[in-house]
Amino acid sequence: MDNNIEKRLQSLKDRLSYARDIFAGKHDDNLSMLEEKLAEFNARASMGEMQDPYADIVSLEDLFSYVESRLEGLITPMDKVRIVRHPQRICLRDILENVYDNFTEVGGQDEHSLDPSMLIARAVITRRRGKKTHTQSVMIIGQEKGHGAEFRNGGSVKPWGNAKAQQYMRVAETEGIPIHAYIFTPGSYPVEDYPGAAQQIARNIYCMAGLRVPVIAVISEGGSGGAEAIGLADKRLMLSHGYYSVISPEGAAAIEGHLKAGERATPELIEHCAEHLHITAQDNLQFGYIDRIIQEPPLGARPNHFDFFRQLRQEIIRATDEVVIQSRGLPGFRKLALARLRRPDINLDETHIRWGLSSGNKDRLVERRQQKYLHFAREAALDKRPFLTKNAAALRDWLSKPWVHLKYDFYRKHQRRIKSMVEEVGGEIDLIKARLFSPWRKIARLPAKKTEAAELTSLSTWVDDQRRSKWNYLSPRYKIDRTLTCPNSATYGCLDLWGPDLFAEFAGVCSHCGYHFPMEPEWYVKNVFDVDSVYEFNAEIEAGNPLNFPGFDERVAQAKAKTGVKSGCMTFEARIDGMKIVVAMLMGTFRGGSVGAAEGYKFVEAAERAAKKRYPFLAYVHGTAGIRIQEGTHGVIQMPRCTVAVRRYVQAGGLYMVLYDTNSFAGPVASFLGCSPYQFAVRSSNIGFAGPGVIKETTGMDIPPKYHRSYRALSRGHIQGIWDRRQIRANLKQALLTIGGRNLYYR
Amino acid sequence: MIDISKLLDEIKASPYREIVISTPHTGVVTFGELREGDTVVGPQGQWKEKPGTRLATLERERNPKPILAPEKGEICRIHKELEGRFVEAGTPLMILRHMLTRAEVEHAILKKALHLFRAPERAKYYFIPEVEKKIRAADAHSVQVRDGMELLIMSRMKREVPLNYSGPDGVIYAIYFTINENMDAGAPLLGVCPQDQLPAIQDVIMRVQTEWTERG
Repeated sequence: MDNNIEKRLQSLKDRLSYARDIFAGKHDDNLSMLEEKLAEFNARASMGEMQDPYADIVSLEDLFSYVESRLEGLITPMDKVRIVRHPQRICLRDILENVYDNFTEVGGQDEHSLDPSMLIARAVITRRRGKKTHTQSVMIIGQEKGHGAEFRNGGSVKPWGNAKAQQYMRVAETEGIPIHAYIFTPGSYPVEDYPGAAQQIARNIYCMAGLRVPVIAVISEGGSGGAEAIGLADKRLMLSHGYYSVISPEGAAAIEGHLKAGERATPELIEHCAEHLHITAQDNLQFGYIDRIIQEPPLGARPNHFDFFRQLRQEIIRATDEVVIQSRGLPGFRKLALARLRRPDINLDETHIRWGLSSGNKDRLVERRQQKYLHFAREAALDKRPFLTKNAAALRDWLSKPWVHLKYDFYRKHQRRIKSMVEEVGGEIDLIKARLFSPWRKIARLPAKKTEAAELTSLSTWVDDQRRSKWNYLSPRYKIDRTLTCPNSATYGCLDLWGPDLFAEFAGVCSHCGYHFPMEPEWYVKNVFDVDSVYEFNAEIEAGNPLNFPGFDERVAQAKAKTGVKSGCMTFEARIDGMKIVVAMLMGTFRGGSVGAAEGYKFVEAAERAAKKRYPFLAYVHGTAGIRIQEGTHGVIQMPRCTVAVRRYVQAGGLYMVLYDTNSFAGPVASFLGCSPYQFAVRSSNIGFAGPGVIKETTGMDIPPKYHRSYRALSRGHIQGIWDRRQIRANLKQALLTIGGRNLYYR
Repeated sequence: MIDISKLLDEIKASPYREIVISTPHTGVVTFGELREGDTVVGPQGQWKEKPGTRLATLERERNPKPILAPEKGEICRIHKELEGRFVEAGTPLMILRHMLTRAEVEHAILKKALHLFRAPERAKYYFIPEVEKKIRAADAHSVQVRDGMELLIMSRMKREVPLNYSGPDGVIYAIYFTINENMDAGAPLLGVCPQDQLPAIQDVIMRVQTEWTERG
């Protein structure tokens, strides 16, 4: 057997073992047949019985291709998960070598890197028009799985790896070159060490929401937070065998099956979850969360599929060109240029479009990107308001616009000048009046009255928070005649607390050590804000079951019946000592405070309302368990979406504050909550990215008790302060006055 | 002077510690499925974060509170007659027999036999050069200490001060600090024993390490 045949034989063996791996025991008849044929060929070749081994191996290869393309039609979502995780799957370095003309790794080399799972490179693409060559630079940012190399952590990026990505995004912005982000991650590495998994992802998303260069993302394995950390792009392409999901199917199965730590879900349950989470490229294209699918060879792309790399190169150039064209030029020309780009026969290596953008174009680019995300997933929330009501609200908004512009954009801007003008004119009028009436005054002047010394007749009254004898709202648990034990009693020797005391007068706070028992969301609404000042809006928007996840309709209905609200987010306007504020409250009582399409919708609307009315915006997190996994990508898209809304609000000059209570974890903390520069927590709360069970399972590390406690988060620099529950109102007022300034709004 | 062999014999005679579990406050007691002779475990895990076996439940004012095992051991006496009854604070509920481990026996012997010289504040500790030389040349047992002798250097944030030994005269039996590591205030630095007792202590510890069988 000559070397060439041996090589081709080895390649067939690899293909067979790959197919066996990705189908995990399924389609055994087909694969066994291939194995037999291969063994037969091997035996005959080694005996030297073959007349024309080249012809035979070609027919064997054809048979492999035929079986592979037949099996391609039978691939299930879970098979795709196995494909993207397979060591033979293409990885970022393969793309750098085969798609780009040259590159230099800048964020470290192999294991000598701050985080080997995050790869950063400067790469060039050379294009030719006529005889002229054009070299275009891009910044490549992506997770590197390294064909299963252990030090790459399977593409799970640590917080500092994401920080590195953010640093180079900024570099690309300074240099004005596009960013190509390649997403190859099963999820982020869930450690809390500074800068913190959640907080750093939040910073990345916030940064990308306003990046002034074109960003193109290509998704192979898009696992939740890790994917979002580099995924907020102008164009999102997805490989046909990739997946993009809120959670790994195994994680979803563990939640669905109510498994305890250490227990493993059955393959059937995992398969069921993978199917119903709608994680494939085709599903995501249908939802509109990706722009295009790049077709891979049967059973997924591997490093020897050079045609695929050629196609990927064309697609990535096309996407970058499109984004650039859409951000500049006149509409008519734009349309023409785009139509030319989309012609199937065009070779983009032989065309050239400059990727630089002017300042105005960059504004347009960012605005387009933000609008794109703001419009995502609106239909996934149930809005049963009648047509007229919905439109009446829109009409009111439209009508109030001129008034708002006049008040804030004109009057507030020129307030000082207008005031001084009014004062000057008033002074002049007073002078003229005084001169005009002076003869009459002289006649009418009477002897001056004796002025009486002001006497102290009563003490000033003190009505402040501390002296309020009763709370406006008491937890219904105060009616239960029983005692409760403080969880810290073993450490601090706290005595038992009597329920009627604890849940009424003590406001759920242990009188010995200050431990905060969780309270109902209503407690905060009624006790933090001025009495009768709360005006709820968008209460009609309901959480639904956009993916028709089996059995989830009933669970949502149960949550609605139990809590009396229609979603886990309550948005309202309120006042604190007369200061108006818009609040979005995530309620831990409604399905753990998980965020789905309805909650995201309400949050975005609240941020927009706050921006329009120029009110401060408070996100009060009574509790959140993360993104609602049963809504799949409709849920996970809320991460970039709400962050975009927050960024627009902050950029417009708003004051955005976050207050965490009870337990706040995962997606929301890693996006629209964690990006706030002013985050506070109520005592005894827990803040983090993943719970101890998930950390143990993914990293193998044991987590010390109280790892996520707010005091730890404060020491790590994730939050800015910790408040006592009984002092929230006073602290909030203080924060509003000091951070928000005189107008409670930055600019 | 302590008779070390006698101490060991005493421990051998009763190689366990009896822990009396009593009620922390008043309440109605319910024992679970536990019986005399059952084995229970104390808090476990790297940070002792997993609680021990639930021994009984004490309910007062509709607040059931678990009583957990503080150590690993065997239940040798259980007052089942208290089941479902209201009891006063401090009522013994059961007796837990905790078999001493090798480390515990060693600890008990050394605690009696050694004088511990403790760190006065959180700092790094070194021997003075002469003592250091002696220890390197032979071993710690060759260093004789006496009250008021300059023995250690206490180093904290570039501030180095000499530290005098205080306590009974003797030889250094054990060194509990390592170079370049901070010791907390109150942590033992040295164990000192009278010179004539040194062979006896060494012998007993050797016997404990080789002969003591851990049970339960």
